[in-house]
Amino acid sequence: MPLPFYAVVLSAILFGLGVMGFVFKRNIITIFMSIELMLNAVNLSFVAFSQMRHLLQGQVFVFFVIVVAAAEAAVGMGIILQVARNRQSLNIERIDLLKL
Amino acid sequence: MTVEHILFFILAAVAVGGAINLILLSHPIHSALALIVVMVALAAIYLLLGAELLAMVQIIVYAGAIMVLFVFIIMLLNAGLEERTSLSRAATWVGLPCGAILTGILAWRMTISGPGPFAPGAEAADASGALSHMLMTSYVFPFELTSILILVAILGAVVLAKRDF
Repeated sequence: MPLPFYAVVLSAILFGLGVMGFVFKRNIITIFMSIELMLNAVNLSFVAFSQMRHLLQGQVFVFFVIVVAAAEAAVGMGIILQVARNRQSLNIERIDLLKL
Repeated sequence: MTVEHILFFILAAVAVGGAINLILLSHPIHSALALIVVMVALAAIYLLLGAELLAMVQIIVYAGAIMVLFVFIIMLLNAGLEERTSLSRAATWVGLPCGAILTGILAWRMTISGPGPFAPGAEAADASGALSHMLMTSYVFPFELTSILILVAILGAVVLAKRDF
């Protein structure tokens, strides 16, 4: 089997682990890290498909995903900072402002 | 089984091990270090797949900038061990099978029907050069849009981090 085939399987495994981390973890920072892990898994599948097809468009898309992830991390950190200041906790279950 | 395959499997094992550690370790700083391991392993895998430019961008932007931001915020907020609650135990029982099923379905669909037959055509001799050329010609408009996006993100982060808003 060629290398990109295994890379696609690896990306599926990493995405699944990211979803599990998102479900299991109770710390808001670690949940954010799980989202980054999922983004990385999708990037890997883009690169693998671009290598399979011999098309560079996939790699261009990964470039944009990385830029958007950087912007998202900066804004997300600002939000986490505010939440931690207002609630004095990083536990996701304490952050229930929108709960009825 | 070529050298590339053996290298790939070692790196894949490192990446999956790091991802599992990210979930299992309960201190956020340990999780962040595990995520850095995953990102460096993925950068090496990009090199194996022939995406040299992306491997460098991955190291600089992800493992460098974004993870430094994570470690910085963990230390700033002095995040300790996470608390276990009854809900998180329920999440373990429901989430583990669901995550395994999701992984299986994703791997199955992506390998069976996603790629299809391999496209003919030779490997590009200068993939990084071609990628840079593509960014500056056919994708120059989205490329410029990302700079506006980053500007807006900087402003948003500054406004959010202000004490009284």
